[in-house]
Formats: sequence, structure tokens, C-alpha cells
Amino acid sequence: MIEVEHLVKKFGDFTAVADLSFTVERGQVMGFLGPNGAGKSTTMKMITGFLRPTSGTARIMGLDICDDMLAAQRHFGYLPEGAPAWPDMTPRAFLQFITRIRGLDKAAARAAEGRAIEMTELHGVLDQPIDTLSKGYRRRVGLAQAIVHDPDVLVMDEPTDGLDPNQKFQVRRAITDMAADKAIIISTHILEEVDAVCAAAMIIDRGQIVAEGTPSELAARSRYSGAVTLTLASEKLPAARDILKAVPHRAAELVTRGDESTLHIFAPEGGEPGALLADLRARVGEAGLAPRALALETGRLDDVFGALTGKARPAAASFDAGQEGSA
Amino acid sequence: MMRSLMAITAREFGGYFATPLAFVFIIVFLLANGLATFYLGAYFEMGQADLTSFFMFHPWLYLFFLPAISMRLWAEERRNGSIELLLTLPVPLTAVVIGKYIAALAFSALALALTFPIWVTVNYLGQPDNGVIFASYIGSLMLAGGYLAIGSCLSALTRNQVIAFVISVVVCFLFTVSGAPLVLEIFDGWAPQALIETLASFSLLTHFRAITGGVIDMRDVMFFATLIGVFLTATVIVVDMKKGEGA
Ligand SMILES: Nc1ncnc2c1ncn2[C@@H]1O[C@H](COP(=O)(O)OP(=O)(O)O)[C@@H](O)[C@H]1O
Ligand SMILES: [Mg+2]
Repeated sequence: MIEVEHLVKKFGDFTAVADLSFTVERGQVMGFLGPNGAGKSTTMKMITGFLRPTSGTARIMGLDICDDMLAAQRHFGYLPEGAPAWPDMTPRAFLQFITRIRGLDKAAARAAEGRAIEMTELHGVLDQPIDTLSKGYRRRVGLAQAIVHDPDVLVMDEPTDGLDPNQKFQVRRAITDMAADKAIIISTHILEEVDAVCAAAMIIDRGQIVAEGTPSELAARSRYSGAVTLTLASEKLPAARDILKAVPHRAAELVTRGDESTLHIFAPEGGEPGALLADLRARVGEAGLAPRALALETGRLDDVFGALTGKARPAAASFDAGQEGSA
Repeated sequence: MMRSLMAITAREFGGYFATPLAFVFIIVFLLANGLATFYLGAYFEMGQADLTSFFMFHPWLYLFFLPAISMRLWAEERRNGSIELLLTLPVPLTAVVIGKYIAALAFSALALALTFPIWVTVNYLGQPDNGVIFASYIGSLMLAGGYLAIGSCLSALTRNQVIAFVISVVVCFLFTVSGAPLVLEIFDGWAPQALIETLASFSLLTHFRAITGGVIDMRDVMFFATLIGVFLTATVIVVDMKKGEGA
């Protein structure tokens, strides 16, 4: 497991990581979420012993990375940002170097290399210099290097950055497959990734944790959580306005994209979102509006992320107070 | 420790031959040696069956050839980011520093060994003192070791290989000329003899000349060993310091 305690990193006067503490247990995939420059990579570099913390420390399987660095380093695999490697080496030679350094004996090393190659599907490029490989393959070589010795702890800095959707899917599946008996921490600025692979997530901004919880807990913090979404053709907006006049609600917001409009309707203070949905569903049906979507929002990670990191999505226009929404 | 050191040396040494650059380097090195010996050293005109005119140019040839090897030791790792991989593997930093250094030294030794035709030639032409020649080869390798240790330390300071090369040439130059007769003459007559001797004793040239004279004196060997030890330790310190700064 990974225990991070009051990690601080200053570069001169600039504080890149400000007092970060968290724990990742075995069997858990922790998503480390934050905009560019939030301090994700700096934190990982400290956890893995590449950077010395200004203060605080991290423990890998109980071993302190500052006091007991080599012992701690034996227990993890690390994929640094950008998956660096030696460009002239082939993936085969690269993996052999890593298993040798990690002290595996010959037979164990060959087996481990085979397993890593299998998981990252590197068969086709094993004898090609790494700098001639595509970005996707290079990332997978980095991943293979990180998992080859079957470590207890995996630290991966943006493992799917720059991959196409297919490759992203494969890497995520590989991570999920390994998750059961490892403590894994991945950083990302892609929100869907957190939903796809992480049991727990942490949003950091300017070196500080601004929110943590399961992805659905985080999403529930969205102001849209519990709102009813109604999507319909823009020309039907006046009819929707008539319906809203008869339905008690706290507020409604409108987002128009082309000829499609989406209304976010918030239940009144103390009111039940479910009741609002039922009410709306009945009236929309009566009026024959043929909505393209009508559902309860569970909340959105991107909204929480934006609100917490000061990169809020463009505000929706209010659909109340009688004025016509822009169409 | 030993095992990872050897793995690092092997990887690094193999890295030299991953591109044709290594072969080009060796060929140019051999050509430069030949030119220096035969033209500048007037090898044939000397009419002597020894390799004095061959070895006497080594300090000056190495001044440019060895920083070209050492410049990439650390700067290259920083530039392509692999240093982050290297320093997060469970290997003591000392093993990484020494492992890389040994690879560079082995490569230089190989280039030096490939000058053997000149040794064959001199034995064909006459009866040279092969003991002196052997001592000189050892001295030349120690000289190379000194330059490479200095270069290793300076390469660790920057991510730019060109800068690493230039400052290595300058520092190695200073460590060499401090023993050149031309420089020592400037001090001669007015500076205390002790100062001149101290200055000369810090020069790789002084100790190299002593060994190529044919006697491997322990004091000269100790000088090179200490110099190498000091600069490799400095390399460890520099790399470790950068972990705190974040470069
Ligand atoms: N070596 C360094 N020297 C100075 N500033 C740095 C250094 N490394 C990172 N930073 C700064 O620290 C902040 C956090 O960087 P980083 O951890 O790479 O962010 P993230 O990985 O979340 O995008 C950034 O503002 C970055 O410019
Ligand atoms: Mg980053």
C-alpha cells in the first residue's frame, strides 16, 4: 500500500505540492485528478524517490522512500510521465535490462518478460528500436517495464495520454485486470478515465486536495446532481415554458446546441427530485412534446472538476423569469 | 550492487554501438592518432624505435575526444527523461555513477587498444622497449580515466550535451596545462618553487609524462586514482543534489 504523509515540494518560492496526505490500499485504484500543473507529476516523483520532498514523506509497503529508498523502490513499478525509455534499445533488451536490475533470475525473468509482453501486446515490435515505435507502443513499453516484476504497488503518470481510444481502452483494461492484488495510483486529466478504472479519486489543484471520494460520490457534489434534464427540439421551447409555469421548481437553466435544447430543472427547496421527474414526465407526455431525453442527473464529474479547479464550463442561461431562452 | 552495476555498464556500453556514431568516433580517433604521430611527431624522422611521439599527443587528443564520450553520460539521460527511470530503479546511486563511468572507460580502452597496429609496426621496424610501451598504454588509460571522471561530473550538471562538452574541455584543459612547461615557465623565477610544484602536481600531464617515461610509480597511480575518486564522488553529489532541486 501507499501512504503519503504531508508531502510538500517547493521549487524556490513556488509551492508545487502543498501538504498532501492520502492512503491507497491494496486492491484499490486511486485516480489522481487535476488540471495541468496541479502537481500530479511532482507528487509521483516524490513518491518514487526521484525528487526529494521539501518536507513530509511517503511509504511504500511500510518502507519510507526517504530513509529506506532502495527497499521501497523494489516494491513498486513506475511509469513516469511521457513513458521515457532509452531510444536506441529494443523493447526486448529494455525489459531484460529491467528484470536484471530488479534481480530476477534467468528463468523467472524470461517468464516475467513473457507475461508483461502478453499483457501489453508488444509481440509485434519486440526487436524494433523504441524510438521507431508509435506513441501508443512506446507507452505500452513503459507500462510493460512498470509491471514486469509484478510489483505490489504501481505508480503511473498519465498512462493513457496520447493514445487513441482503442489503445486507451486496452491500457485501462490492463490496469483493471491487475487491480485486485495491487495498490495502484494513476494520474490523469481525463475524467472518463476515473469513471472507467478508479475505485477512488482525488481532485487536486495547485498542489492541494480539493475533493476526494468515489467517482460517484464526487459526481454527486455536482450542482446538477438531482436536477432533471429535459432535451428537446428548440422549436418546442415555448411549450416547455408553459409546462414549467405549472410545475413547482427552484430554477431552470437552458443550454442550446444547434436545433437542440437542454433544460436543467432543479427541484424546489425541500422537494424530491423523483417527484419532479414524475410530474414533468406526465405533463410532457400530455403535451405531446416528444422529448429526446428526460432523466434525473446523477451528477457530473466534469462539472465538479470545473467548479473546484476554477475552470467551470460556460454558464447556462437561466430559463426562468419569463424571458425567452435564446434559440 | 555488483549485479546492477554490471547491468548498467552492459546497457550503457551496448548503447555506444547502437548507432554508427561509435564506429565513426573510433575511426576518427585512430586517424587523429596517426596524423599526430606521423606528421606532428615526425615519427619516421626521429629514427627511433619507440612510441614517444605517439603517446606524447594523447593528453591533447583526449582533451577533445573524451569529453565527446562523457558529455552524454548524464546530460543525455536528463534530456530524454530516462534519468527518471534510472533513478527510481532499486539501484544505489553510486552503482549507477560507477556503472556508467566504467562503460565510458571501457569504450575508450577499446579505442586505445585499436591503436595496436602502431605497436606492431614499431616492433617490425626495430627493437623497442616493450616494457616502456606497456607502461605508456597503462598511463594513457589512466589519463583517459581522469578526463572521463571530470567529464562525468560536468555532464551531470546540465541537460545540454554541448554545454557539457565545452565545460569539460575547458576544465580538462586547465587540469592539463597546469603541468605544461610553457605554463610553468611563466611562474619560474619569481614564484616560490613549492607553488610551482603544487601546480604541476595537480596536472594530469605531469603524472602522465612520469608514467610514459617507463616507470609506473605508485604516487602517479595514486594521483589518478584519487582524481577519479574525487570526481566520481562529485558526480554522485551533483546527481543527488539535483533530486532536491527538481531538475
Ligand atoms: N523542476 C521544476 N522546477 C520548477 N518548477 C517545476 C518543476 N517541476 C514542476 N514545476 C512546476 O510545478 C507545478 C506542478 O507541476 P506538475 O507536477 O508537473 O503538474 P501536473 O503533473 O499536475 O501537470 C507546475 O506549475 C510546474 O511548472
Ligand atoms: Mg504531469
